[in-house]
Amino acid sequence: MKNIVVVGNGMVGHKFNEKLLAKLPDGLANLGVCLTVIGEEPRPAYDRVHLSDFFNGATAQDLELAPPGWHAQQGIRLLTGECVTEIDRAARTVRTHTGRALPYDFLILATGSAAFIPPVPGMEHPGVFAYRTIEDLEAMTAHAKPGQRAAVIGGGLLGLEAAKAVLDLGLQASVVEFAPRLMPRQLDQAGANLLKAKLESLGIQILLGKNTRCVEAGPGGLTLQFTDEQALEVDMVVVSAGIRPRDELARQAGLATGGRGGIVVNDHLQTSDPQVWAIGECALHQQMIYGLVAPGYDMADAVAAQVAAALLGQPPSDRVFTGFDMSTKLKLVGVDVASFGDPFCEQTPHDVLLWEDRRRGVYKRLNLTPDGKYLLGGILVGEAESYNLLLQMVKNRMALPPHPEDLVVPPRAGAGPEAGAGVAGLPDGALVCSCEGVSKGDICQAIDKESLTDIPGIKKCTKAGTGCGGCVPMLNDLLTLSLKKQGKAVKRVLCEHFNYTRQELYDLVRINGESTFRQVINRYGTGCGCEVCKPAVASILASVHNELVAKQSVIQDTNDRFLANIQKGGTYSVVPRVPGGEITAQQLIVIGQVAQQFDLYCKITGGQRIDLFGARVEQLPLIWEQLIAAGFESGHAYGKALRTVKSCVGSTWCRYGVQDSVGFAIEVENRYKGLRAPHKLKSAVSGCVRECAEAQSKDFGIIATDKGWNLYVGGNGGAKPQHAHLLAADLDKATCLRYIDRFLMYYIKTAGPLVRTATWLNNLEGGMDHLREVVVNDSLGLAAQFEQEMQQIVDTYHCEWREVVEAPHLRAEFRSFINTPETDPTVAFVPERGQKRPQAW
Amino acid sequence: MAMNEKSTFDGLKAPQAQLTWVKAAPVSAFAENGSGCVLHEGEQIAVFNFTDTGRWFACQNLCPHKQQMGLWRGLLGDQGGEPKVACPFHKRTFSLETGRNLQGEDLCVKTYPVKVENGMVYVGIETSEGQ
Ligand SMILES: Cc1cc2nc3c(=O)[nH]c(=O)nc-3n(C[C@H](O)[C@H](O)[C@H](O)COP(=O)(O)OP(=O)(O)OC[C@H]3O[C@@H](n4cnc5c(N)ncnc54)[C@H](O)[C@@H]3O)c2cc1C
Ligand code: SF4
Ligand code: SF4
Ligand code: FES
Repeated sequence: MKNIVVVGNGMVGHKFNEKLLAKLPDGLANLGVCLTVIGEEPRPAYDRVHLSDFFNGATAQDLELAPPGWHAQQGIRLLTGECVTEIDRAARTVRTHTGRALPYDFLILATGSAAFIPPVPGMEHPGVFAYRTIEDLEAMTAHAKPGQRAAVIGGGLLGLEAAKAVLDLGLQASVVEFAPRLMPRQLDQAGANLLKAKLESLGIQILLGKNTRCVEAGPGGLTLQFTDEQALEVDMVVVSAGIRPRDELARQAGLATGGRGGIVVNDHLQTSDPQVWAIGECALHQQMIYGLVAPGYDMADAVAAQVAAALLGQPPSDRVFTGFDMSTKLKLVGVDVASFGDPFCEQTPHDVLLWEDRRRGVYKRLNLTPDGKYLLGGILVGEAESYNLLLQMVKNRMALPPHPEDLVVPPRAGAGPEAGAGVAGLPDGALVCSCEGVSKGDICQAIDKESLTDIPGIKKCTKAGTGCGGCVPMLNDLLTLSLKKQGKAVKRVLCEHFNYTRQELYDLVRINGESTFRQVINRYGTGCGCEVCKPAVASILASVHNELVAKQSVIQDTNDRFLANIQKGGTYSVVPRVPGGEITAQQLIVIGQVAQQFDLYCKITGGQRIDLFGARVEQLPLIWEQLIAAGFESGHAYGKALRTVKSCVGSTWCRYGVQDSVGFAIEVENRYKGLRAPHKLKSAVSGCVRECAEAQSKDFGIIATDKGWNLYVGGNGGAKPQHAHLLAADLDKATCLRYIDRFLMYYIKTAGPLVRTATWLNNLEGGMDHLREVVVNDSLGLAAQFEQEMQQIVDTYHCEWREVVEAPHLRAEFRSFINTPETDPTVAFVPERGQKRPQAW
Repeated sequence: MAMNEKSTFDGLKAPQAQLTWVKAAPVSAFAENGSGCVLHEGEQIAVFNFTDTGRWFACQNLCPHKQQMGLWRGLLGDQGGEPKVACPFHKRTFSLETGRNLQGEDLCVKTYPVKVENGMVYVGIETSEGQ
């Protein structure tokens, strides 16, 4: 019977358990091994790295590293909420605070570290918190009230992580750093300056070079007194000023410890007693404490190898720990920050390649060998997509490409590297996931052998990407690469009936001129079609030919089929077009009269029009007959089409307005009305920078300047709001319309079905820069064609409702039953606030 | 699935049940690959014309998801060759052969036999012996 005792059930202690089990294929019991894990925290090991997710809705259970019941299943004895207080090395036993004594043959200390609390007066006041455990977070949540201010002491990695948590709690954050720059261990001055500017623009106050003298508690809250005689008043203080290794147990047991803390270990991670090991943040290796998980995991693996060899009666393992790269990539308050290899090269001769774009907030520094052939390290702020690749180049000493600047400068349109191209050059041995120690070769092999096709599959099979998650983009690239090699193109086909993407089908229809769904499916597809491909093809046909939608009614979604929006209870709503939101008193009267006559519920929409609800299907042509006679047109509220162009009142009435926003909005709406697209399109025009029309939340929005018009694209409201991006500034009207033509046609041709412009743009390779190249600089040489195709659509516009009202055979479709003129007897309304509404479901 | 189908039909054709053929409308009243709704003694039945395969189907008009009278206004299609309709309200899809929900939810619609004679479409509605 052999006893293994692990003190500490944190991230590294848990990893040790996992690694040891993996090396003992027959399990613990069969070897006569008893593994006991003692953890002081009240719960089993959890993911401290993602601790801040707790404020984004993750529960304590979500963060747990092992599924419930795991320890018992594996035969591990887990004691939580129990603290080891004593090691008797002579008797080889440990004793816990409950008095329990446990014998050991192998003792592993994985006690981690505690937050370093600066030794200044006042740190004991209520409202001062450390940031390390779930209990800390629960206490912070209980204390915090939204709108209050919190100071975070420490502007390093953990401090900024804590600042994010403070923001997530709804508080205002001030970060107080002793050093003259943020993240002094990872960033140089220029990178830190840029990070500071970015964080300040997010509303975080940054105080540098501040030494806290004491914390005072008063009736109004807490006050930080600094040594420069200045002060900061706050409601809460979070201390994240560094870590202090938990070596108190080792000290008590007489093991060697470092002058500034930490349990001294050799390359085998043995302490001064060879039967006792120390791993993780409590271990002091070569004068170094490693405050990251990846090195801790490597230590866990090394010790697991040694212990397993001893248990299995094998020769001693030569697996040692020889130091670890401290490269990291983090997202701090939404800003990407990475530091890799030797970021500063203070001692090494080197050349520097710098790229700084203050406009977009991007800073990149690469340290090259003086001959320019190899990468030594670097710093990335604001954009760190290339981190994994750059890190691999350092680690594997890969030769740099002839133009190393391409590694940091954003790709221009047309010059962009193929997706996944970077990873192709890596050697198979390249470590892709350093948390779990998985190489490129392991991953590619798993993809091939296990026929993996997605990231969850790779995670499950190889464990890569399950640690800090930083390598997931690279896993994606490897997946694309491997699938391509297997000849499996990764392609988003429309549905089971078409082996084409929407864009391919669009091009085919455009070139070959099919005009009905049947022609399209007979030529390019199989089967009868479905609710996905029918509307998609209908939208393509409408965009290409601008044909009357009602003529192809049976492939339309019900909204398009009856040219109205279906609502609860099965009745429809009617929305006449009101271009730019401008409407006359007479038009209002007509709408009112129609609503009264058909007893319709009236509501003003968010798009500056009037929605009439509760029309039975057979009433629709009657209602529209009257509206059309009064000069109204279909508002296309039912279609994946241009909805409205909102406007503010602009220079005609508003005392701030600089251009006639209403006039332009009407012009824009009349130009694009009826335009069919992969999804609905919304637009707005504001008369000045005050932006009362909310143009920046639209698919395309226009804001007046004193020189002309600024054009924004790719915004949307909805479930995931997104601001539009500036495409071009100070345009005259004609140019603005030309750019909109090009933008819309490019979107209509290339977007997937039901993909709005915002999502389309997010996934567009090269993003906004590429779009600007296409639209403004005509990099594809398609601008003239786009404009001409749009002009053709504009010239062939017709009001769908007018055509229906005037054609008896189309009108005949609007009935409840095919065998009787009766109306649907199940439609029922209940009164509410002086109008009617459908019965609840 | 074959088993299911069989048992559903066995259920429909319980010994006492008897089919009454109700006149729906002339074939020409239906659009190609289109649909219509039949009202028969308060019962609403959605009828579907799969022109491409030359087959007709019918099912209850009430969508069981949120009790909406709307299936006849849904899009026709097939899934792996099985004819289906998609409810226009929230896109639940139902097999027109078995009536089961094709997304695997525990929802089911009643299906009816359809026949075409001399250009007229009829729906078979069960009546029990005594009626
Ligand atoms: C907010 C935050 C964000 C972080 N972000 C990152 C990141 O992005 N990337 C990264 O690499 N690292 C990050 N880290 C650091 C990472 O979490 C640590 O490196 C890692 O948790 C160290 O693991 P460990 O097992 O050594 O220590 P811990 O996880 O601290 O575990 C030690 C455990 O031992 C217990 N213990 C101590 N003494 C005793 C005793 N006498 N008896 C019983 N139990 C005892 C402790 O209660 C604790 O549960 C972050 C840390 C924090 C706090
Ligand atoms: S955006 Fe400008 S012009 Fe338009 S209403 Fe607001 S302040 Fe006036
Ligand atoms: S927000 Fe929801 S409830 Fe309101 S209109 Fe849109 S879909 Fe309907
Ligand atoms: S009512 Fe049919 S899917 Fe919801």
